[in-house]
Amino acid sequence: MTVLNGLTMGMVLVLVAGGLSIIFGMLDVLNFAHGSLYMLGGYLGYTLSIATGSFWLALLLAPVGVAMVGFFIEFFTLRPLYGRPPLHHLLLTFGISLIAQNAVKFIWGNDIYSVETPESLTGIVEFLGIAYPTYRLFILLFSIGIAILMWLLITKTRYGIVVRAGTEDIETLEAHGIDTRKVFTGVFILGSALAAIAGAAVAPMRTVYPQMGIDIIIDAFVVVIIGGLGSIRGTVIGALILGQAIQMGAVFLTGFADAAIYIVMAGILLFKPSGLVAESN
Amino acid sequence: MMSVEDVHTYYGPSHVLHGIDLLLEKGDVISVMGRNGAGKTTLMRTIMGLTPARQGTVGFDGRDITRLKPHDIFRLGIRLVPQGRNVFPKLTVEENLRLALVAQKSADPRSELEKAYDRFPILGQRRQQKVKGLSGGERQMLAIARGLLGKTRILLMDEPSEGLAPLIIRELHDTILEIKTEDITIFLAEQNVKMALSVCDRHYILEKGEIRFTGTTEEMSANKDIMIQTLGVSA
Repeated sequence: MTVLNGLTMGMVLVLVAGGLSIIFGMLDVLNFAHGSLYMLGGYLGYTLSIATGSFWLALLLAPVGVAMVGFFIEFFTLRPLYGRPPLHHLLLTFGISLIAQNAVKFIWGNDIYSVETPESLTGIVEFLGIAYPTYRLFILLFSIGIAILMWLLITKTRYGIVVRAGTEDIETLEAHGIDTRKVFTGVFILGSALAAIAGAAVAPMRTVYPQMGIDIIIDAFVVVIIGGLGSIRGTVIGALILGQAIQMGAVFLTGFADAAIYIVMAGILLFKPSGLVAESN
Repeated sequence: MMSVEDVHTYYGPSHVLHGIDLLLEKGDVISVMGRNGAGKTTLMRTIMGLTPARQGTVGFDGRDITRLKPHDIFRLGIRLVPQGRNVFPKLTVEENLRLALVAQKSADPRSELEKAYDRFPILGQRRQQKVKGLSGGERQMLAIARGLLGKTRILLMDEPSEGLAPLIIRELHDTILEIKTEDITIFLAEQNVKMALSVCDRHYILEKGEIRFTGTTEEMSANKDIMIQTLGVSA
């Protein structure tokens, strides 16, 4: 049960940290506002599910809305700063995350909202001899599905070739006919949508609250660091390990759970200082 | 076809190219020779738009392309085979090639790839391998093959022979001669004087960011003094 919870948690982290990792690998931007996009996904999902009466419609529309927010962030704020030291981006996105958090408090207030689980996914399923909440199983399978789609996009399509090349050498990519500015925008939008999908999907399980963006961004940063900066494979492995650490910590280190994350991170970095899947160049 | 007029290029505050003038006509095979740091790579980067000229113009087909973005310059048919065999090590051979076709929607990818593998059979055998595992010579072949995909009009080659074994340089030499027969304009930056003289028809000698000498292969060979003076060698 704990292992399964850890797996679910890990897969959600794959969606959030995956976008963070690709954005870092390609744009060289450590996007502190990535957690805010996840949070916006949750809030927008909440509001839309009430407005439309359909959780599914909300799960579809919230990422579209957040993708638009992502477009504005990239186009109007990040773009003028490309080529500057990374600290500038970090400060900018940190500022954006503060604005987003306060905007959310302003619009939705300080309350914690719970999103209703869609009726078809309430209750408990039994498999492999354990009883597991249906909705959690749905999140697990849903995030695996999205992750597989992303994997196919990145490994099998020409867009994927462009993105992988971009994480190696932007200039050579540009010199081969690719408008890299457009690719940056596209990658940022995609990363934003992925974070929002995660935020909207976990809302019924974890509620929606103003701190949720900060909570997830810390975990996502840890994932990207233990996985190896900019490595997509490393991010997936890192997310699955961290998911287990968080759940195990909650069970076996009660009251001390958050420490588990950092113990795991310190342990891994002690033996693999540049992350699990370190890039040789 | 291509003209470079009074081009001045800087890296930050350092002034690298001091008023370069060049002319390339269709079908020309021209070299630019010079020692390390003479400005050969900067000249290539300026033409490709990677380090745009601060002053002067680069013209192509009568159009001013000085400040176009590299991806737009690529789309005009200008291809750079970068120094140091700059291919993408984590992609496979075929992915590296496909990348150069993404921006050329009119080209038929399959037949373009087949053409590349016909020219360089070793790349065909290694199409699914990551570039990381390729030798220097194979990477150079890949960089050239990539530059020739689709509608190439000018091939800018930046020191292709650098760091290659003599036997591989021999192969490279033959490859360039073969490309020469295909009506592609070639602009070759080389330190290897022998190579430049044997494949190119006209030459520019670059020293400290300025053109010191221009002439045909015969004129170059007749002027050994200037070669010894500027390049430190005679051919």
